Amino acid sequence: MSLAKDFSKGIWKENAVFKLLLGMCPVLAVTTSAENGLGMGLATTFVLVCSNIVVALMRKVIPSGVRIPAFIIIIATFVTVVQLCMEAWVYDLYQALGISIPLIVVNCLILGRAEAFASKNPVVSSVADGMGMGIGFTLGLFILGSVREIFGSGAILGFNLFGASFQPIILMILPPGAFITLGLLLALMSRMSRDKSKKTASEGHCC
Amino acid sequence: MKEMIRLLLALTLIAAGAGLILSQVENATREPIKEQRRLQMLKALSAVLPAFDNSPDTDTITQQNGVDKKDRPVEVVFYRGRSAGQLVGTAFKVVAPDGYSGNINVMVGVAPDDKIIGIEILTHAETPGLGSKISESGFKDQFKGRSLDNVDWRVKKDGGEFDQITGATISPRAVVGAVKKGLEFYREHKAEITAEGVTK
Repeated sequence: MSLAKDFSKGIWKENAVFKLLLGMCPVLAVTTSAENGLGMGLATTFVLVCSNIVVALMRKVIPSGVRIPAFIIIIATFVTVVQLCMEAWVYDLYQALGISIPLIVVNCLILGRAEAFASKNPVVSSVADGMGMGIGFTLGLFILGSVREIFGSGAILGFNLFGASFQPIILMILPPGAFITLGLLLALMSRMSRDKSKKTASEGHCC
Repeated sequence: MKEMIRLLLALTLIAAGAGLILSQVENATREPIKEQRRLQMLKALSAVLPAFDNSPDTDTITQQNGVDKKDRPVEVVFYRGRSAGQLVGTAFKVVAPDGYSGNINVMVGVAPDDKIIGIEILTHAETPGLGSKISESGFKDQFKGRSLDNVDWRVKKDGGEFDQITGATISPRAVVGAVKKGLEFYREHKAEITAEGVTK
């Protein structure tokens, strides 16, 4: 696969949120607003790219019998580094994301990419893969967060959209709203890719 | 056996490497984090105290407020703001344990005449867009000028004078209750708290 393909597959074709349904814990929990989704997505992207680089570098040294614990140690190290750096230099974002930062460790998207891609591919394409997957994940969180914020608080990125007369649908920023929004978006996505695959039926791929 | 040693060695080396990196990062971020926490504290203190020219985060006095469930003493720290040596206000932290989700930490600033100068919500985990409105100024400003004697310390829904938030009564009720308890504790110990002399 070419480098561009390694990068772009994560954004749409294998989008972590809408296609692979990986890392649902942060997806559902932190997307009460667009800003939180964006922050969480970027932090995850950073950890994902770093862990992909290290895993790809060490892929020939790590014995396959202990690869999973080794990956977890690498990921946990980067998460702690991110957490400490955020607390030291971007305190406001650190407070907004709160408990979600340590939870990046258990985001199976990162372990999944380490296992499925970085442990079998050279560094450069692993970076491309991590960037693509991370940006796709961020995009997914941002869309989900935006939809929930628009309907749930009548605002986007904190800017009020509809004025005082708007009655927000409070349900949308409560946990059920996360599931409802995700379900509707998934339905929309599969509809869109079905239409697309009809047009290019000769390609004969399925997802 | 040989294979096992290889696995052990590999994992040990990786863990050791991770430990080394973490200790370096911790070392580099320790001072900035300390500074950030101090700034955060000062920001909260300036929000609830009138202009001061000392550093209230070091001019403190600690009073014990009973014991918790495990018999450990509960300590309340009072931060004293002074201007030209004169006490202009005292700030202290109260905890509302009965919020909608988790504890709500509130900083309360009290003037020497026992009236509230302001409150600041330090941390909370209330529902975003609902209970989280306790940290908006519309809610917080209601406390200005209030004291134990000049207002009914309940939300309007319970017959008091504090506005609750549409769709969220639990969070405002918890904050109002906690601030009231804090004021009562402050009144009981006012003599010690406002005593002159700088304790570090």
